[in-house]
Amino acid sequence: MIVLGIESTAHTFGVGIADEEGRILANINAIYVPRGGGILPREAARHHFLVADKVLRRALKVANVKLRDLDAIAIALGPGMGPCLRVGALMARALAVKLNRPLVPVNHCVAHIEIARLTTQSQDPLVVYISGGNTIISAFAEGRYRIFGETLDIALGNFLDTLARELGLPQPGVPQVEALASKGTKIIELPYIVKGQDMSFSGLLTAALRKLKEGIRVEDLCLSVVEYAYAMLAEVAERALAHTRKKELVLTGGVARSKRLQEVLRQVAEEHDAVFKVVPDEYAGDNGAMIAWTGVLAFRHGITIPIEKSYVKQRWRLDEVEVPWRS
Amino acid sequence: MEIIRLCVISKGAEAIIFKELWYGIMVVRKVRIPKKYRSPMLDLVLRRQRTSLEAKLLIEAKSLGVPVPTVFEVDLDNTYILMEFIEGMRLRDFIPKMPLDERIKSFTQVGNSVGRLHAHGIVHGDLTTSNMILTSSGNVYLIDFGLGMFSSELEDRGVDIHLMLRALESTHAAYVEECFKAFLKGYESVMGVKETRKILNKVKEIRSRGRYVSERRVR
Repeated sequence: MIVLGIESTAHTFGVGIADEEGRILANINAIYVPRGGGILPREAARHHFLVADKVLRRALKVANVKLRDLDAIAIALGPGMGPCLRVGALMARALAVKLNRPLVPVNHCVAHIEIARLTTQSQDPLVVYISGGNTIISAFAEGRYRIFGETLDIALGNFLDTLARELGLPQPGVPQVEALASKGTKIIELPYIVKGQDMSFSGLLTAALRKLKEGIRVEDLCLSVVEYAYAMLAEVAERALAHTRKKELVLTGGVARSKRLQEVLRQVAEEHDAVFKVVPDEYAGDNGAMIAWTGVLAFRHGITIPIEKSYVKQRWRLDEVEVPWRS
Repeated sequence: MEIIRLCVISKGAEAIIFKELWYGIMVVRKVRIPKKYRSPMLDLVLRRQRTSLEAKLLIEAKSLGVPVPTVFEVDLDNTYILMEFIEGMRLRDFIPKMPLDERIKSFTQVGNSVGRLHAHGIVHGDLTTSNMILTSSGNVYLIDFGLGMFSSELEDRGVDIHLMLRALESTHAAYVEECFKAFLKGYESVMGVKETRKILNKVKEIRSRGRYVSERRVR
């Protein structure tokens, strides 16, 4: 069985191809980089329109697969930005109709978890999923990926990216902020906000920007911000690990590339005798392969969606999705 | 007389809780342990702040007549609190075994306690049924103010109630309605109808604020 998956929930337009054995035959991704500021959904969608054709062709070529070899088309229908989602959905529907193949709906967050499980060979991990759009701590229970903690406002990646922009640093901001943080020497006091199992980063952002105006050394600010944010995340992850008693802790999503975050979570895992694993860099950020692989898992369990019902779902929560392949 | 360590009650993410015999009294020693994953500077600051704050909250709550453990000793260098050991059952384990009227009585008391805390500028911060101890006298003690704070903000009160409701939904799905209704009855008896309604509206708003939640679609 060969499934082609399309990702277009935010800044990345990606096409991946995966087979039943979990081999990733192709993973081609084009990333929209805003000229300044954050992602403008309509501009990102325009970018996706312009590259879609090339990305698809390249993926087929790399995989050495013809369109007629495909058994199903998987599409990330959400969550994400409407205009971006619609580009991928349009292409997926067109392919499904043209090839007369079933369309398989994939939740973007589930895909980040599944690609991490596949590539780190994890069985039943506690997953820390951190990206520009999501900050979720999740584990599988009773048929779904349940949420054991999340942000109440902005995502961790979004928070650090925004700070980086305010500091005049190029995007993506996380490595930039971390590089400055490594030169910091002092940790200043900032709001540390954990409410139950949920985190809030918007207050931290406001406080950080205020400190910046007061003229604090940028390196110290970055160090403080990174340490506070990761400590908040670590605390919630640690509690979730203690609560669920999972023996694996897996980090996934775009911010999984952060070395400091990896170090922090590795220590959390060690304290609770869990094995720590990180999704490989190429599958950390949004990518087509994760949609293709999750498409394989779903399609094997007969999950398809009629074209006329394949609406995009901007707010499709992770814990709304049934996950029969884990039951 | 001396101090005899009896056992470890729990080893949580943040603290180790020991049961000890302290000059003839049964006590709990809550020690906040260093975390390797955060920088030592931030670690000590957080542990001190939290130990001090938790002690203040407990003492203040006690003075309001809310059933909470009595604080005997606070040590900010070794970041521990020594407090009364509350003999009883965790409400979490007991809820399914309780007759309906006792469940209602317990949650009305919890509502009353939380109302009193809120009315005097305290939020508990972690209102799960694991943090409620039912004693043989039928009193429900609130424990673990580790995530509590001094605040009279509508937002913080709302989050408190939201967490309480979510804990009921995730752990006691069959009893959510009756328990929460009883809770609100107790809460309203302190805070009044108007204030309670205001807070419930806030809870609704907080729930709709989460990312990608179905409540948000209604707008």
